[in-house]
Amino acid sequence: MSNGDDVKTLIIDDQEVSARRGQTILEVARENGINIPTLCHLEGLSSVGACRLCLVEIKGSNKLLPACIATVFESMEVSTDTERLRKHRRTILELLFAERNHICSVCVSNGHCELQTLAQEQGLTHIRLPYRNPNLPVDASHERFTVDHNRCILCTRCVRVCAEIEGAHVWDVMGRGINCMVITDLHEEWGSSTCTRCGKCVQVCPTGALFDKGKIGSEHPKYPDFLPYLNLMREAR
Amino acid sequence: MSKLKLATVWLDGCSGCHMSFLDMDERLIELAEFVDVVYSPLVDTKEFPDEVDIALVEGAVASVDDEKKIRKIRAHSKMLVAMGDCAVTGNVPSMRNPIGPEAILDRAFIENATAQPQIPCVVVPKLLNVVRPIHEFVKVDVFLPGCPPSAETFHTALTALVNGGPLDIAALTRFGA
Repeated sequence: MSNGDDVKTLIIDDQEVSARRGQTILEVARENGINIPTLCHLEGLSSVGACRLCLVEIKGSNKLLPACIATVFESMEVSTDTERLRKHRRTILELLFAERNHICSVCVSNGHCELQTLAQEQGLTHIRLPYRNPNLPVDASHERFTVDHNRCILCTRCVRVCAEIEGAHVWDVMGRGINCMVITDLHEEWGSSTCTRCGKCVQVCPTGALFDKGKIGSEHPKYPDFLPYLNLMREAR
Repeated sequence: MSKLKLATVWLDGCSGCHMSFLDMDERLIELAEFVDVVYSPLVDTKEFPDEVDIALVEGAVASVDDEKKIRKIRAHSKMLVAMGDCAVTGNVPSMRNPIGPEAILDRAFIENATAQPQIPCVVVPKLLNVVRPIHEFVKVDVFLPGCPPSAETFHTALTALVNGGPLDIAALTRFGA
């Protein structure tokens, strides 16, 4: 750490912080107790910068950067909570709610949902956009788990955890734009897919899209925090 | 100071929001010092009054009758409050949207009927093709999500609305609360 090139000094929300070269803005912010909202990002998985909730402003640039993949540079000045960013974040969340059928009151993840919590944190009281109400399938063919596409926000955490951590790569993404959906194998039923039944995808799913059949009602908390520990243990071997 | 005129309305919802409103219990008496309930499923008035100060609307807009009502309520209310998730998001009533009203009516009145299967067409209003939250029809002044919003939420919000004080809805409640 004595090598000057490896240590970067920057400012996040008027707070002077130091970072190691190659660290993302998000990592540095969290190390310093600065909260940046995220949804597709999950510690222990690769980052894809897909949900855009973690967009931050960099002084001197008109472009907003996703904090989960943008790396720090010397003397950069980052703002994480401006009116412009809050407006974008609210709009992103509203688009997610309008896109599919998120009926919180009857969802298995009611009270344990990252989308729901973020909506409240960002001060959302209603959705200004018209709801699309698409007719989407629910696949309950698996003996232990169910996928409800009505609640999926296409964060691809399930795809990444299955490929990167479990090494099975059963989950993937099919179609583009509004027709995009997560699938098992080559769009076969989950129950007859090559799924290893490890259940990691269920634990990392931020909403009620993937859930455990054994849990009923809203008592379905998820525990994605096993990931960093699992990675740590694997590295130590 | 004369009392504020309060109306509560029940569109396509389960009445749970009204039940939760009643759960304010003895705090209702305190509230009654500031407001007169001029129209509500809980009182006997048949016609929506010409001038209402605060209208609390439970339920989504699901039929031609709901649509007519919400436009009338808006025209005669100074402040319109979307009360609960059905009014705010469409919630459970909107779960029929991907399927459509014909399939729903068939299921309820033809497939599952044991005697004289027929779809009712007199007295009951025609269903809209899609169930919508009320702000897609008229301007809404305050959104109070929750299924239902708790009595605590009602009390805090109504106290603020009656006194004109500050109100941070997101700190009180959320979708599905």
